[in-house]
Amino acid sequence: MAEALKDRSMVLQKEMIANHFARLANARENGEPVVYTFVPGNLTELIRSFGALPVLPEINALQSGMRKLSGDYITEAERAGHSEDVCTYVKCDIGMMRSGNIGPAGTKLPKPDLLLLSYTGCYTFMKWFELLREEYDCPTVMFHVPYQGDGVLEPEHRKYMLRQLKEQVIPALEKATGRKYDEDKLRHHLALSAKAEDDLVAVLQAGKNRPSPIDGYFGTVYYVGPIFSAFRGTEEGVEYYRALREEVEGRAALGLGPITPDGPLEGERYRLVVEGPPNWTHFRDFWKMFSDEKAVVVASTYTKVGGTYDFGFRHNPDDPLGTLADYCSGCYTNLNLPTRIEMISRYIEEYQADGFLINSVKSCNSFSAGQLMILREVEKRTGIPGAFIESDLVDPRYFSAANIKNRLESYFQMIDARRLGKTA
Amino acid sequence: MGSGEAPTRAALVEKARDIYDDLDFGAVRRWLADHPGAKAAGYLPVYAPREIMHACGLLPVGIHGGGDRLEIIRGDAFYQSYICHLPRSVIELAQSGRLDMLSAVLFPSTCDVIRNLSGMWKLLYPEAYVRYIDVPQIPDKGAAADFWESELRRLVHDLGEVSGHHPTDAELRASMALYNETRAMVRALYAARCERPWDVPTEELYVLLRAGEVIPADEFIAMARAYLAAVEAEPRRPRDNSRVVVVGAFCEQPPLGLIMSIERAGCYIVDDDFLLGNRFLTRDVSLDGDPVRALAEAFVFNEQRTSVIFESDPLGKKRLMKDRVAAVNADGIIFATPSFCDPALLDQPMLRAGAEKACIPCIAFKYAENTGQFQQFREQAGTFADSIKLWGAA
Repeated sequence: MAEALKDRSMVLQKEMIANHFARLANARENGEPVVYTFVPGNLTELIRSFGALPVLPEINALQSGMRKLSGDYITEAERAGHSEDVCTYVKCDIGMMRSGNIGPAGTKLPKPDLLLLSYTGCYTFMKWFELLREEYDCPTVMFHVPYQGDGVLEPEHRKYMLRQLKEQVIPALEKATGRKYDEDKLRHHLALSAKAEDDLVAVLQAGKNRPSPIDGYFGTVYYVGPIFSAFRGTEEGVEYYRALREEVEGRAALGLGPITPDGPLEGERYRLVVEGPPNWTHFRDFWKMFSDEKAVVVASTYTKVGGTYDFGFRHNPDDPLGTLADYCSGCYTNLNLPTRIEMISRYIEEYQADGFLINSVKSCNSFSAGQLMILREVEKRTGIPGAFIESDLVDPRYFSAANIKNRLESYFQMIDARRLGKTA
Repeated sequence: MGSGEAPTRAALVEKARDIYDDLDFGAVRRWLADHPGAKAAGYLPVYAPREIMHACGLLPVGIHGGGDRLEIIRGDAFYQSYICHLPRSVIELAQSGRLDMLSAVLFPSTCDVIRNLSGMWKLLYPEAYVRYIDVPQIPDKGAAADFWESELRRLVHDLGEVSGHHPTDAELRASMALYNETRAMVRALYAARCERPWDVPTEELYVLLRAGEVIPADEFIAMARAYLAAVEAEPRRPRDNSRVVVVGAFCEQPPLGLIMSIERAGCYIVDDDFLLGNRFLTRDVSLDGDPVRALAEAFVFNEQRTSVIFESDPLGKKRLMKDRVAAVNADGIIFATPSFCDPALLDQPMLRAGAEKACIPCIAFKYAENTGQFQQFREQAGTFADSIKLWGAA
């Protein structure tokens, strides 16, 4: 297999991640507390303001998937009694822990000083940390983010979240880290977040160009990596997004397409919007099925699970706790189905997509339950026919390359036929 | 049932079974016909505050799917194969017009599938009132009660708009008293079964409780009271069965055939999670003070431990099975879990580990509400019951 071509920003990101995991490996020796939390609704700025290092189990699981380790980890968890029916991120994480807890960088992950259960948009999160608590025997603090069932953040829900932050989450962080809450530090991190978010949004919206200089799904999962995980609210994060934006705007100015693992994609033929998480175990093969057909994803919903910045949200240092509540509430999987449909329909229109595709993953009911209805509703609203494929997050048993490729090829042919019909 | 005569057990069970079997919700439709201008409100598992629906003049209607009595035609078009069966049969019921009498539907925070179904309902049935009920998940009682109180007040207001009747505090208290009595009756049925499971077989208890999900609360209380009286009048002989707790069936309900199979294989079910919402609150709601606050506090200070509420006690999951088995003097546990049920299946390793540590015999199997073949369950349960008898006595 040819060596993947990488943007400069990807190299930069690799260094950031390597440094982060090196710090984690030495966290005990260096006296750096460690807080485990989840991507949607992560309170990274708050964690950082206590001088603690975040660990995000979903990121570890997807990295295990990409490194072809998840299959064995899942088997390990299933052998220990975990059902084949449930989230494979959870089983991958538990299997990894039982296999020595070696993280994505090849170094041992430290035990958590605190499990910060940001209960945002995913029921499984609650069970995941109940399960981890059994293994780690460490304190857990629940941060309950009410679901936007009616499509808005209700004032009483915001008040509830603020009270939890003040009365539960911050005291738990103080206890776990041995440090006092410092609001000025939090404001500092939030200001850095907002800077990075501006640049990220410019990158995401570059997908509106023809040709798109980014792949808004496969490429963008790398782009959102730092801001969804440990680097929101950090100087490295700001630097990364500045560099990324420059690169992407440079490519847009030159009329270039996105960089793929096989090199720059030229001759964009199909512009797609994608709903649902990617498959990680065959990520590169999956991407190649698109890039071989010159199909570019111009926008996606998965890249909004850690924040819907392209709809205007920015962390606000003038309202430090309120902005954290607003952020958590607005993460994609905390939005109801009508809002998701509205969002996808807007993407199709604003990014001038030819089609949209749902990758329905077996593991994730938060995404998957209702996706067939999303498909029909979006088709109805936009007049654009959709495609539906199925795979899984990190269970290699559920990736059928031939089936997916067949479906994609048929779908692209259908788009071609539709174009001919329009021009006839 | 003849007038003036106490109804027999068989007559009561038959009546309840007819209500359970009726997927057209005839009991609800008859109630609506008998109460011109009144409306009905549905709710999905697990917990919904029925008191509030009742106080607003709405008939609370439990929506528990179509079980093994409904052919799924439209419902499968809404769900992938790896999503549990309940939502597809609920959609089937709705798309076939069987739920068209519901003016409102509440979707409790049981799991992501039911959560997302609330959004689907908004799109499919825009004329119905739809509310996702996000119960508090935090151990801080004060903040949890304040949040839940505000949610309940919203519900009182909104359902009042639906029915056209905004209840007074006195009406809310009256409804709370009625549902205190309902839960007390459910507890009495469970206590009777625990004490004499040969007299109160779960296949009878279950259909009574299913009937209670769709008929008015006072009718259910009368029916349950009559059943308990009939049990006293018609005692049965005990058998040498094993006493088991059935765990995990709190949302998608098992087919009646599965319950019967477990019992006929030599197991007395002495505790279970079936229709858990009907006894979710383990203590009476206080009838003093502000009624909405009282209902909120009843939830927050509740002692019910379930998969759908965050367990803040680190030892809670480890202890739960031991405590439940001890409370009903059971011999073992059957984890009977719906396929693809996140709450039950994610909890199971923790619960089972706690049970095994306490040396409680366990078996586990999965079902779907439309499972039609019970032979394997019967064999598994039978072997389990035999092994308890053989090895438990050793």
